[in-house]
Amino acid sequence: MLLGRMQRRRKALQKTHANYAGASDGRLSWPELHGEAAAEPKRAAPAPPRCAGISYRTGTFFAKPDTVSVLSRQNSAHHKGPSAFPQAATLELRGVSKRYPGQREAAIVDLSLSVGAGEVCVLVGPSGSGKTTAMRLINRMIPLSGGDILLGGRSVLEREPNELRREIGYVIQQVGLFPHQTVAENIATVPRLVGSDRGWVSRRVHDLLELIGMDPEQIASRYPAQLSGGQRQRVGVARALAADPPLMLMDEPFGAIDPITRARLQDEFLRLQERVRKTVVFVTHDIDEAIKMGDRIAILREGGRLAQYDTPARILTSPADRFVAEFVGADRALKCLGLATLADIELLAPDGRETGTERVQLTATVRDALSQLIAAGGGPLTVVNERDEVAGIVTLEMLGGLLGNGELGRSQAASIPEAAA
Amino acid sequence: MIAIAARGPVIPNFGGRTSSFSCERANRLFCSDWVSRNWGTVLWPALRQHIILTLIAVSVGFMISTALALVAYRRNWLERPVLIVTSILYTIPSLALFELLEPVPGLGLSRATAEVALVSYTLLIMFRNTLTGLREVPADVRDAAAGMGMGPTQSLLRVELPLALPAIIAGVRIATVTVISLATVASLIDNEGLGAPILNAISNDVFKTELIVAGAMAVGLALGADGLLVILQRALTPWTRASAA
Repeated sequence: MLLGRMQRRRKALQKTHANYAGASDGRLSWPELHGEAAAEPKRAAPAPPRCAGISYRTGTFFAKPDTVSVLSRQNSAHHKGPSAFPQAATLELRGVSKRYPGQREAAIVDLSLSVGAGEVCVLVGPSGSGKTTAMRLINRMIPLSGGDILLGGRSVLEREPNELRREIGYVIQQVGLFPHQTVAENIATVPRLVGSDRGWVSRRVHDLLELIGMDPEQIASRYPAQLSGGQRQRVGVARALAADPPLMLMDEPFGAIDPITRARLQDEFLRLQERVRKTVVFVTHDIDEAIKMGDRIAILREGGRLAQYDTPARILTSPADRFVAEFVGADRALKCLGLATLADIELLAPDGRETGTERVQLTATVRDALSQLIAAGGGPLTVVNERDEVAGIVTLEMLGGLLGNGELGRSQAASIPEAAA
Repeated sequence: MIAIAARGPVIPNFGGRTSSFSCERANRLFCSDWVSRNWGTVLWPALRQHIILTLIAVSVGFMISTALALVAYRRNWLERPVLIVTSILYTIPSLALFELLEPVPGLGLSRATAEVALVSYTLLIMFRNTLTGLREVPADVRDAAAGMGMGPTQSLLRVELPLALPAIIAGVRIATVTVISLATVASLIDNEGLGAPILNAISNDVFKTELIVAGAMAVGLALGADGLLVILQRALTPWTRASAA
């Protein structure tokens, strides 16, 4: 089971550092650039959490040559512009608080969390929980009231705000593309602000459009009004990536998009993230999106207090208190199944029952397989890989067994501590 | 008006009345002969003066109102006083304003007096349009500009002003047409532009060709200037015509 396909969400984080430290093409890395010692490698991964009997691989990322970011290839040939930027940086919030003048209640209270380089940290919570405020404190769009934020080990308070913001990708729900500029001009915004070489910028725009799966010939000269909502959001992401920032801030980036396009954009972003491997702070109010996108999830409660900061699996299996349990939802066992694909679990060997039964892809989530099983009247499903070869069999009993031997269910619900007053 | 017109020397004799040609003698409403004979000496110089009067008034008015709008965009409290002052200027009857400005030392019966009056009529229109255009830049666009590290000036020059251009140019169009029309009245003061032959015709009871031709030229000038500004706007704001593909 551990030798199966890497599950994208469970990627290890060392890869960024490996790339980073191994950058011998003369470009500066983030710590070098900022006169610091190299960031210490990520602490050893914690014991794999168990969720519905499925343990997740949190081992080393087996870097494939093709996953080395196009960004680093771009950078190596140029000395001007954002080439000196690293691919990802660590982010640490230390006792951050925010109180707006004239308001009695603080928006954020003593928020501390650290995000490893290349990790996606999702800030999630009900409205009024200060998740967007917390995000906007990072690039100083909102001034801090207390505490400190370290990007790549360096306090953001020491930085000139505009300079800092140019090094942080910024994607917002309404996208905020400049309507008077073409797609190419929009993407080139930050490289132009930092004075990058024109030829470099146009190659960069071309590469980024290809990276987000758009045809540069067709799209580059269009205006935002000529794009669909989904295309606009993709261009917004490309624009945020243009200067190869070590950190991306994304404020409900897929919030204003229809559910089908949203799911596709989420998948695309996860694939993109596998290649560019940015540190990402992702704000959403949607727990399902948080579970799907996050390496770690920070659940905030009203009044800007951190309720729990953990991996999606642990948030689902051991909510810190009743607030988290309720926020995650009563169907968290099912959500947990959505974290694993059929490739992650032990399948039954083909035993002749596979003929004439419904088929399911190995890449489907266990949750989807369960749904299909129920729809099929509980009969066994044949699991096939992408070459349409039979990989095994999955039955309702077997998935039930997975649920039963996990820490989920009645015992778990009973052990949830009361919410802190 | 008659009182001013009666000052005599202000209104020169353009030669139309003294002509001894048949059409003029017959007091026809329109004499094409007169037009062709007086084009080079009367009408063309009047048109040129009119264009210059308009260009100066619109340019100076544009600079003043844009500067005011930019300041009011950053300091909201300024909007109200500017609106009040420019509205008062806008509502003063043009004849009264010319009369009021005439005794001001240094102005008198000069082109400067005419320009001061014309500029004062452009301020309200262009100030309000520019300010509205800037305010209507979508909040998410401004937020994105700031979030990507543009300072206030960069954001203004690269994002907000370009996006306000359609509204700004719309203001310039209205102001230009207004000035072209008002500048005919301004001839009472400085005796130039297309207003001069019109006034000349008014003071002459019978012969109306000057009035008709100069009036038509003023209308044509207004239409032409407006058309040029439309072309300018299309050239400067190509994105406004980009529709969903």
